Amino acid sequence: MRFMMIVKATSDSEAGVMPSPELLEAMLRYNEELAKAGILLAADGLQSSSSGIRISYPEPGGKPKVIDGPFTETKEIIAGYTLIEVKSREEAVEWAMRMPDPHGNGQGEIELRQVFEPEELSPHAGIQKQIRLQFKL
Amino acid sequence: MNMSKAERTIDAIWRIESAKLIAGLTRMVRDIGLAEDLAQDALVIALERWPESGIPDNPGAWLMTTAKRRAIDLLRRNKLRDQKYEELAYHKDLYTEEDLDSRLDGEIGDDLLRLIFMTCHPILSQEARVALTLRLLCGLTTDEIAHAFLAAESTIAQRIVRAKRTLNSAKVPFEVPAGEELNDRMSAVLEVIYLMFNEGYSATAGEDWIRPLLCQEALRIGRVLAEIAPAEPEVHGLVALMEIQSSRFRTRVTRTGEPVLLLDQNRALWDQLLIHRGLAALERSQKLGQPYGPYALQAAISACHAKAHEASETDWPRIAALYEALSRVTPSPIVELNRAVAISMAFGPAFGLQIVDELNAEPSLRGYHLLPSVRGDLLYKLNRFNEAQEEFEHAASLTRNERERELLLKRAAECAVCKKK
Repeated sequence: MRFMMIVKATSDSEAGVMPSPELLEAMLRYNEELAKAGILLAADGLQSSSSGIRISYPEPGGKPKVIDGPFTETKEIIAGYTLIEVKSREEAVEWAMRMPDPHGNGQGEIELRQVFEPEELSPHAGIQKQIRLQFKL
Repeated sequence: MNMSKAERTIDAIWRIESAKLIAGLTRMVRDIGLAEDLAQDALVIALERWPESGIPDNPGAWLMTTAKRRAIDLLRRNKLRDQKYEELAYHKDLYTEEDLDSRLDGEIGDDLLRLIFMTCHPILSQEARVALTLRLLCGLTTDEIAHAFLAAESTIAQRIVRAKRTLNSAKVPFEVPAGEELNDRMSAVLEVIYLMFNEGYSATAGEDWIRPLLCQEALRIGRVLAEIAPAEPEVHGLVALMEIQSSRFRTRVTRTGEPVLLLDQNRALWDQLLIHRGLAALERSQKLGQPYGPYALQAAISACHAKAHEASETDWPRIAALYEALSRVTPSPIVELNRAVAISMAFGPAFGLQIVDELNAEPSLRGYHLLPSVRGDLLYKLNRFNEAQEEFEHAASLTRNERERELLLKRAAECAVCKKK
């Protein structure tokens, strides 16, 4: 199963302050560790929301509204993500716990979200799930 | 069985740490079976203590320290009786404080590499290599391996015990082979991984829902190998091949489980992330500057399909050329059969049929359902429906996969309809 580890933005990351060399080094090491465990699928850091664009649909069925960044509400902004392929939810949590504090300034926050599996989106999801449970997959 | 949250967490930690743990211990005690027992003992102690004490900050180091203490205990008790334990007593690493952070990543990688060369040692049967690799490098339980192979748990357990005993009595060294031997041994390792993957991918017999686990494990161990043996072009070739093949997981069967041919698959649903990973791995292989090996060639063929946004955009002349190169590196009637398909797509079914007809005399393909299946397809395209129908029916009688049989019979029925027109 795939999980996305989402690193939330902070006032620093939004202000374009680069992480310290120590933190960058720790992140690099961590990504290497994920790669060496064979579970790293993708990882990227994102530019601050000042170069971001938001497209919203305030009117159902209406035209989209396009807003240029920066955006406020730091907690709702993403600063980076890491996509991993693991065998269980617990394994994903364990790896997320090993990620260095992404900002080191008290605002660090990592959110872990599971990616839908293709079969979960199919009408037979129920049956598949039953089979999986039955055989403890 | 309902595992508690703590147990599930420990299970996850075991999955992350077990291979490194067993590899490190094997280096110290020189006995793969003993190493696994010591690691298991440490796990049992963790299961007793961690739910109470909480998970330690560095669980990997904790497990290693605990396992080493067990080893020393064992030593003290057995020293006088067994020479092997006496040798073991001199291993300094057994007495040094475990600090995984201070150990160089390279050292851990080297241990893992030595371990995989051991579990894929040619002295073992192919089945034993696969089971032992899944167990020691992927951290799967005997139960999980048994399910994946539709075998009884006791059969797999026995296979693993016997494999460990064989390695031990043959005194197979814990080392990365050097010189000439390296190439052959590396091929053996890659073969085990690809066998694992294919077992999961093609589901040769019976029902087919349990196999993805094998594909995932094969891909994971392949990715690990690419990191710890980055100078081996064929490792990247194999990873590329598996990544690209995995990208088609969700399109290769219908929701009701019927196989969908590559050219009929909905390419919009191919996993682009895995395709990109596959193409990147292929590039890594290429950059090492050696001629393509068999895995890189197969990956390059797979990449041709992956890069075509529509089936009609497929670069068939290139695929035909790659198959020709492949048949030079690893000549086989099956490669030849695939080349025939590529040739027919590139230059017309009549050219493909020529090659297939030559293969008809090939004894090793007798009873292989894909031969009549391909021949039927080419005859169908040449409007020779009578012969095509016979071939499809013959192919249907040969396949062991029920879904495939249905598909072939359907095609035979189509021929019957076309005849009447």
